[in-house]
Amino acid sequence: MADTVQHAAETPDQEQPWAELGLRGEEYHRIREILGRRPTSAELAMYSVMWSEHCSYKSSKVHLRRFGELSQETPVGKLLAGIGENAGVIDIGQGYAVTFKIESHNHPSYVEPYQGAATGVGGIVRDILAMGARPVGVMDPLRFGPLDAPDTARVLPGVVAGVGGYGNCLGLPNLGGEVVFDRSYAGNPLVNALCVGVLRHEDLHLAKATGAGNKVILYGAATGGDGIGGASILASESFDATKPSKRPSVQVGDPFMEKLLIECTLELFAARVVTGIQDFGAAGISCATSELAAAGDGGMHVDLDLVPLRDPTLAPEEILMSESQERMMAVVEPGDVDRFLEICRKWDVLATVVGEVTGDGRLVIDWHGETVVDVDPRTVAHEGPVYERPYARPGWQDEVQSRGTGGLRRPTGGDELRDEVLRLVASPNLCDKSWVTDQYDRYVRGNSVLAQPEDAGMIRIDEDTRLGVALATDCNGKFALLDPYLGAQLALAEAYRNVAVSGARPVAVSDCLNFGSPEDPAVMWQFTEAIRGLVDGCRALGTPVTGGNVSFYNQTGTTAILPTPVVGVLGVIDDVTSRTPMGFAVPGDAVVLLGETRDELDGSAWASVIHDHLGGRPPSLDLDHEQRLAELLVGAARTGLLRSAHDLSDGGLAQALAEACLRHDLGVDVVLREGVDPFVQLFSESTGRVLVSLPEDRVDELERTAAAHQVPTTRLGRVGERGGAYVVSGSFSIPLDELRARWQATIPEALGV
Amino acid sequence: MSPKIGVVTFPGSLDDVDALRAVRLSGAEPVALWHGSDSLDGVDAIILPGGFSYGDYLRCGAISRFAPIMTSVVEAAGRGVPVLGICNGFQILCEAHLLPGALIGNDSRTFVCRDQRLRVETNDTTWTSAFTRGQEITIVLKNGEGHYVADEQTLDRLEAEDRVVFRYLDRNPNGSYRDIAGICNERGNVVGLMPHPEHNVDPLTGPSTDGLAFFTSAIQHLHALAG
Repeated sequence: MADTVQHAAETPDQEQPWAELGLRGEEYHRIREILGRRPTSAELAMYSVMWSEHCSYKSSKVHLRRFGELSQETPVGKLLAGIGENAGVIDIGQGYAVTFKIESHNHPSYVEPYQGAATGVGGIVRDILAMGARPVGVMDPLRFGPLDAPDTARVLPGVVAGVGGYGNCLGLPNLGGEVVFDRSYAGNPLVNALCVGVLRHEDLHLAKATGAGNKVILYGAATGGDGIGGASILASESFDATKPSKRPSVQVGDPFMEKLLIECTLELFAARVVTGIQDFGAAGISCATSELAAAGDGGMHVDLDLVPLRDPTLAPEEILMSESQERMMAVVEPGDVDRFLEICRKWDVLATVVGEVTGDGRLVIDWHGETVVDVDPRTVAHEGPVYERPYARPGWQDEVQSRGTGGLRRPTGGDELRDEVLRLVASPNLCDKSWVTDQYDRYVRGNSVLAQPEDAGMIRIDEDTRLGVALATDCNGKFALLDPYLGAQLALAEAYRNVAVSGARPVAVSDCLNFGSPEDPAVMWQFTEAIRGLVDGCRALGTPVTGGNVSFYNQTGTTAILPTPVVGVLGVIDDVTSRTPMGFAVPGDAVVLLGETRDELDGSAWASVIHDHLGGRPPSLDLDHEQRLAELLVGAARTGLLRSAHDLSDGGLAQALAEACLRHDLGVDVVLREGVDPFVQLFSESTGRVLVSLPEDRVDELERTAAAHQVPTTRLGRVGERGGAYVVSGSFSIPLDELRARWQATIPEALGV
Repeated sequence: MSPKIGVVTFPGSLDDVDALRAVRLSGAEPVALWHGSDSLDGVDAIILPGGFSYGDYLRCGAISRFAPIMTSVVEAAGRGVPVLGICNGFQILCEAHLLPGALIGNDSRTFVCRDQRLRVETNDTTWTSAFTRGQEITIVLKNGEGHYVADEQTLDRLEAEDRVVFRYLDRNPNGSYRDIAGICNERGNVVGLMPHPEHNVDPLTGPSTDGLAFFTSAIQHLHALAG
C-alpha cells in the first residue's frame, strides 16, 4: 500500500530512512516543519533528491550569487536567458542566439566509465534542447589519474568510448576539449561535457508550467529502475571503499532514443505546440515537476500511475527518483495535445499525458487515485537548505607558495634543451591526443570550421552570412592549487585567448567548478577564491557568466583533487572563412611571438615533467593586456593578416612551436633573443602570449598594429620546409619525424594499442 | 533542368543534412525522402546516408532494410537508378542484398574518425565516372563497424569483375578484407562505401573537395540519360 498523505498525517511517529537518502537531521526536521506533518515516502524521496548538493547547490549558492553581479550584457548583445535557466542564451545578431553550458558527470564516470560519460553527454544535450535550441556541437574536458596508473587503463578507454558512443550517435560534432592527467584525479576522474546549441530568438523556450488546464506530457523513454538515488547519494558523497557498490545508481543511456527526442522536440517547437518544457536530468520526475510548477503561475497535478514503466514493479517513490535517461516533460495547451502526440508518433517517441497545470499553487501527485505528494513546489525546488560553509585559507598554502622552482636545475646547452623539449612533447599532458579524439566524429552536420587539435572549436551557424561561433575550455589545476583566485582567472584568460586566436570575439562564459568536499574549510576556501577570481576576471573582460555547474566531493578520503574550475568561453565571428588556424601553413612565412616572456616556471609543465615539482606562484596575469591582445587577433583575422595563431600555455614556446610545426608537417627555424636565458624563452609559461605566422611582407603591418594595441612583438624566425626540422639556431635541431614519433607514441604505448 | 537526387532519412540517420548539402553544392536538386513512405517522389538518384539508423541495434542496417522505402529503393536499383550508400547506407545496402558481403566491428574495436587516403580502383560506375582510374583521394572516414568481410569466392569475383571501387591506402583503418573501402553491383549503378564523400565538398569544413566528383559523376550520367 502506498504511503499516502492521509496515512502520513495519521502516523507521525513512523520511522523514515532520511539518513540513507542523504538528508541530515536538521533537513528532515525542516521538511516536517514545511509540511506540518511527516513527509510521505514519496515526498521524502523528492525532497531528498532535490535538496541534495547536486540539485540544490546548497553549499555553493551563496557564492554563486556573485555571478549575478556581472552585467547581463555581452560585447555583442544581451543575454536572453541567464543563470537559473537550463542554460544561458546569448544574442549573437542576425536574429540568432546561441546557448551553451558545461556540466560534470564525474562520480558516475568513475563507477561506470562508459555509461557515466555517455549519460553526461546526453544530459547536457537535453539542457540545450530544452531552451528551444538545436544542439550543434559538443566538447569534453576530461581529467584522469596518471596515464600509467592501472585504473586509468579502465577509466580512460571507457570514458572516451562513452563520450564517442553517445555523441557520435546523436550526430553532434565533437569540437575539442581537454585530456589532462594528474595523480589527484586517480580516484576522481573529471568528465565535464559542454554542449552548444543554436536558435532563432523567437524560438526561446523556458521551463515553466503556466495556464491552468494546460496538459502535462511526459515523452521519450519509459521510466526504469536505473539511477535511483543517483542524485542524492552518488553525486553528493565522497567515495568510501567500506560502503557497498553503487553501480546500480549509474544511469544507462540510449543515444538512439535521444536522437529521436532531439528531432521530435525540434519539430514540436516548430509546430508551436509547446508552452513550457523541462528536460529530465538528476532527480528525474521530482525535478521536472517541481521546477516546472515552481517557475509557473499555478500548481500541477500528476497521476503518477500513468507514467510508462520499463519495470512494472517500481514503487511511486522510485518512479519519482528514477534518473532514466532520454525523457522530457512539456506543458501543452489542450487544443494542441493531438498535434503534439501526432508528431511524437511520427518519430516513434512514446508520449503520455500524465497531468495538468492547476491554479492552487500546489504540486499534487496521485498514485492510483490516492494522493502521495501534496507540497508547495517552491519548497522542493527553490527553498532547500542554504549553507554558509566555513572556509579558511589552509595552513599549507604559504608553504606551497614558498616552495618555488628557483632551486631546480635548469638545462644548459643545446643537447639538454633538446632532450627536455622532447620529454615535454612526449609527456602525457602534452602528447598527441589523437587516440582519444579519433574516436569522436568531428565532421557531422558539415559546419565544423575548426576542431581539435585547434585552439578553439568553431561552428558555422549560417551558410549564407557565414556567421559562426567559437568555443574553448581550459583549466590548469596546478595553477589553481598554487593560487585559486589567480588560477581561476588564468583558466578564464586561457580560454578567452584560445577563442581570440581563432579570430572570434570572446563574449560569454560558462564554468564547471570541480572541487573536493565543501565540508573541508580548505576546499571551501579554494572554491570561494575561484569564484571571486572568476567574477573579477569576467568583470574586467566584459564577459558575463551565463551558467554552469558545481561538482563537489571530488576526493578520495581526505585528499581532494586539484581545484579545477574549468572555464568555457564562447566567441562570435562574423565570417567564419576569415578564421585563423593554429598550424604553420606556408614555408618561408615569418614567425613572430606576441606578448612578453618573463622568468615564470612555477607550476609549469617543465617543473612537473622534468622535476615532478609543484610549488611557488602561478604566472602573473594582466587582463587589460589579454583584452588588447584579443582585439589585435580579432582585427587581424578580419584583415587576413595572419596565416596562423597559436596560444602559448602548458610547455610554453617550446611546446607551441612543436604543435604549430606538427599540424601540417612544416619545420621552423627560430633565433632566440640574445641576453635572455634560452631555457626561460622556451619553457616559461608567461601568459598573454601567442605564436603567429604571416607572409614576410606583412610583418611591418603586424608590428604597427601590435604597437597600436600596446602588444610587444618578437621576431622569432621563419616557417621551414615540409618534413623539415624544428630548429633553434645555434642550439639544437629536431627532425620533424623524430618529434612526431615521440609526440604520438605516448598514449598508444601506455594503453598497449 | 537539374536532376533530382533524394536522400533517405531513417530514424537515427545523421549525415542526411550533409548529403543534401553536397547534392545542392554539386548542382542537383536535393530531395528529402522519409523512411516510412514508399514514395521516391520522382527522384532520379538515391543516397542512403550515414548515421546510426535504429541505433545500430540488432546489426547495422538490419532494421532499416525493412523500412517501407527500401522496397522502392530495391526496385529502383533494379531499373538502373543510381543508388549510393554511404557508411550506414553501405551497411543497409549489404543487408538489403543489393551489394554482397557485410560490415563488422573495426579490428581496433574503437570508433575511428580520420582523413583517409583512398585509391579509386574503377571509374566504371555511375558514382565514380568523373575520377580517373587509380586516382588517389582523401575522404573522411568515421565509423565503428567498417570492417568489410565476404567469403573468398565473393572477394575474387568482385576483383575479377572490377567491382572493388575504392581501396584504403596507407594504413587499413578497420581490418577490411583486401583493403576494400567500397564496392558496386554488377551494373555499376549501386555503389556502397564506408568513407563519407559528403563531408568533402567544401574546403572550409572538410579536409578536401574530393567528394564532389561522386555527385557530379551521377549528375553527368543523369544528364546524358536525359539528353
